[in-house]
Amino acid sequence: MKQLRALFQRVTGLFGSTSREQDLADELESHLQLHIDDNLRQGMSSAEARRQALLQLGGVEQTSQAYRERSTLPRLEEILQDLRFALRQLARNPGFTVTVIAVLSLGFGAAIAIFAFVDAALIKPLPYANPATLVSVYESMPTCPRCNVSYQNFLDWKKSNKVFSALEAWGYSSYQLSTPAGVQPVPGVRVTDGFFRTLGVTPILGRDFYSGESTPSAPHTVLIAYSTWKTRFNGDPNILGKPVTLSDTSYTIIGVLPPEFQFAPRGTAEFWATLHDPNSCEVRRTCHNLFGLARLRDGVSLQTAAVDVSAIVSQLALQYPDTNRDESSLILPLSESISGEIRPILLMLLGGAGLLLLIACVNISSLLLVRAESRRREMAVRSALGASRFRILRQFLTEGLLLVAVGSVFGLATAYGTMQLLLKLIPARMLGGMPYLQQLSLNPRVLAFAAILSLIAAILFSLTPALRLSKGNLQKDLSEGSRGSSGNLWRRFGSNLVVVELGIAMILLTGAGLLGKSLYRLLHVEIGMNSDHLATVHVTTSKAYSEDAKEMALERVIAARMQSIPGVQSVAIANELPVRSWDMSTRIKVAGRPWNGERNEVPERDVSPSYFTTLGATLARGRYFTDAENDPSKPAVAIINQAFAKVYFPGEDPIGRKISYALSKDTVEIVGLTEDIKQGELDSANRPILYRPFNQAMWASFDLIVRTSQAESALLPTMAAAIHQLDSRLSVSDAATMNELIQNSQPAYLHRASATLVGGFAAIAVLLSAVGLYGIIAYSVGQRSREIGVRIALGAQRSAVYNLILRDAGGLILLGIASGLLGSIAATSLMRKLLFSVEPWDVTTLASVSVLLATAALCASLIPAHRAASVNPVETLRAE
Amino acid sequence: MAEKSDVWQGTLALMVLKTIESMGPLHGYGIARRIEQTSGNLLSLNYGTLYPALLKLEQEGAIASEWGLSENNRRAKFYSLTRAGRKQLEKEAQNWQQTTAILARFLAPTEEPS
Repeated sequence: MKQLRALFQRVTGLFGSTSREQDLADELESHLQLHIDDNLRQGMSSAEARRQALLQLGGVEQTSQAYRERSTLPRLEEILQDLRFALRQLARNPGFTVTVIAVLSLGFGAAIAIFAFVDAALIKPLPYANPATLVSVYESMPTCPRCNVSYQNFLDWKKSNKVFSALEAWGYSSYQLSTPAGVQPVPGVRVTDGFFRTLGVTPILGRDFYSGESTPSAPHTVLIAYSTWKTRFNGDPNILGKPVTLSDTSYTIIGVLPPEFQFAPRGTAEFWATLHDPNSCEVRRTCHNLFGLARLRDGVSLQTAAVDVSAIVSQLALQYPDTNRDESSLILPLSESISGEIRPILLMLLGGAGLLLLIACVNISSLLLVRAESRRREMAVRSALGASRFRILRQFLTEGLLLVAVGSVFGLATAYGTMQLLLKLIPARMLGGMPYLQQLSLNPRVLAFAAILSLIAAILFSLTPALRLSKGNLQKDLSEGSRGSSGNLWRRFGSNLVVVELGIAMILLTGAGLLGKSLYRLLHVEIGMNSDHLATVHVTTSKAYSEDAKEMALERVIAARMQSIPGVQSVAIANELPVRSWDMSTRIKVAGRPWNGERNEVPERDVSPSYFTTLGATLARGRYFTDAENDPSKPAVAIINQAFAKVYFPGEDPIGRKISYALSKDTVEIVGLTEDIKQGELDSANRPILYRPFNQAMWASFDLIVRTSQAESALLPTMAAAIHQLDSRLSVSDAATMNELIQNSQPAYLHRASATLVGGFAAIAVLLSAVGLYGIIAYSVGQRSREIGVRIALGAQRSAVYNLILRDAGGLILLGIASGLLGSIAATSLMRKLLFSVEPWDVTTLASVSVLLATAALCASLIPAHRAASVNPVETLRAE
Repeated sequence: MAEKSDVWQGTLALMVLKTIESMGPLHGYGIARRIEQTSGNLLSLNYGTLYPALLKLEQEGAIASEWGLSENNRRAKFYSLTRAGRKQLEKEAQNWQQTTAILARFLAPTEEPS
């Protein structure tokens, strides 16, 4: 306690030392006076009295020193002294200080921000109980490796498996919710009753589904998301038991899910109901519409589970050869199925940020080195005055730590800003599928990462100048000051640093170049249609249109209404938009050919006759559908694409040929052959597609595609309003132009995002390395100004001086680019999977990147070269 | 002339506290003289060493200081005992007595084994 008090006093004693010194001096003075008075009283002469008093007091200096040491903490005081000195040094050189801190916070900021994303997406465990044993279960087919599960198969798996403690199924659903503002489509999920128990999630209000609540006989019940409860129901505490009408069916709300609950595979969903009564798809073994979610039994590995499920799948294939032939299964950790796709991109970005940080550190190291070089005289003087080696080392350490500390703080702020900015740049639709990013924050893990970076940087930055120190030669330094041939170390070491910087900049530039080229290729891939001037909305009809005739009438009315909007040229309907997915496939066989149950999976698109002309597709042979054919009572017809013809009718004319669905005898006649339209993702290869007239299949929801001669985005609100005007029970959603859909499609977005980020990293890297090169050339010009002066005085041409300097710079640039080329090829082959139709060793990219970097570097070295060439020999020689 | 002993480490604080207790508020010079007198001039006290010791006691809160006037009207810093100082003195005096008693027993002439 009393030690603590004393310590506190001593710490506060660090401040206000002058008044304390004065106090002691006064006290000692009064002591002497009192003593002298006594001595005089004893009869001494005044001189003798003073002498005796001083003698007995002992050395005043020692006393003061002991007093000073006692009144503060000497160690701490020295550190504070170092710190004050460091601050003064840094403040005296604001250009240097600001540069170092700016470069450091850029490097730190990028690395920390990207790490925060990596942490949120890949490191942070999923917010479920014991997430390591949760797995996703898929069916797998040659055309669709991660496919949905058929409900009938799921039931068999659930019954026969010995590896899961729970196996649940869930499927997408979209409900039509009646709201005061009209019917709105809201995202929902249908799950088996044990879904939430398996995840280990319990509602914060109400109850979970009980076992058996998923059966058709149970009442219709629904759980709602927390945000839905808050926004749609105003957080009503008496919400439980209230009815809600979803797609014309009344459900009872039985619970509210916790606010932190998320299920990334579905993205945002508002209503969670049970599977309840199997729909028309779920009663058929051929129809795959659900996803499997399971928890591994204790001690069961992923491999064991895969083997067990495979055995069941093989058994089912034998038992139901018509439907289950060639099917297999795939089990993945839930985390893998959630973030597996963006892992390589995030890791690449982390690598890029790491390289940027490295270049920043190298840059700062060379700045520190050059500073240490110019402070040699100061250090020599300090050690001549008795400063120990350790004390001088500590001075550098203090300065390094101070820079890193300030840099880290700014770096964290930069990281925070960058994170918020990047989050804002992610389209909402995509963010919904990445709920883990909601927890993006500077959490303890991210802070620990930042601390490790700072520590490494601190060690690096205090050792770099010390390196110079260890080479020091006191006498030489004192006599030579900061001129002469002493820049050798800096020139040797500093040049290596610049080569490293140029090399790294080259790697980042190549990465950005490849990603950019890949993005360009992706956006210019042949999609078989003209995507300009196309506007689309998704329309969901209601029960009132369940009869074929009524829906056909509705389609006609909508088309006529759209046609009446000024500028509209044509209107089409399809069950799915192009450039979206290759899903929704069917199995076919070619009539007149032997069929032994092969799986001929072909995506089917049901489209109105105007579909192809509206999109601007090209007809290869035959004809498009006629309006009269667009009717369930008319003979079945189909149009195929070139990929279809290549696979099923190689070297034959498909027009007039007949095909049929695998499990049906009715035939469909092929009437047309169209050039390939990209139905699936931009980066996927074309596949066989079967087009059928929309009304021969008839869907209760469809996409409306409109071609206009005017700005298509302006048309979107008009379209939605017009449809609502026709019937307020029709729900309209997902209004977007075709170009938006393509630009914002997942592959395009991911490509653009990574190209932009790596491009940003590369731009900073080029800037830093150019500055680094400028630094070393400028320094060497400064060092050699005497030599240059002599050369000019002896008659050297200015151009020769230019050559002299640029030859030095050129050597460094060549070396940097050459090493960068090697590094680039090594680094970019790691990102091969992220590139679309570009090879990692793409010659044009490598060449143009080299030229770009060389130009930037040459520009940076021209400035000092120019300065060297304009050296005035008289002045330099006199200055010596 | 009898050889003067140096002040042992740690005992100076105790002497200072005891001196202030018996004399009341006192300045540094007074404390130094009083310690010398009490020791029967057997202690050689370098007056200068007294001040860091006083500072330490003050930092620990055992004594408090105040500028005032001496008996012959000289300005001087007077030290007085705080409540905490009084307690510390009691405790340390007791410790010291115990230590000396134990040492005295060790140093006492050993009794012949009977």
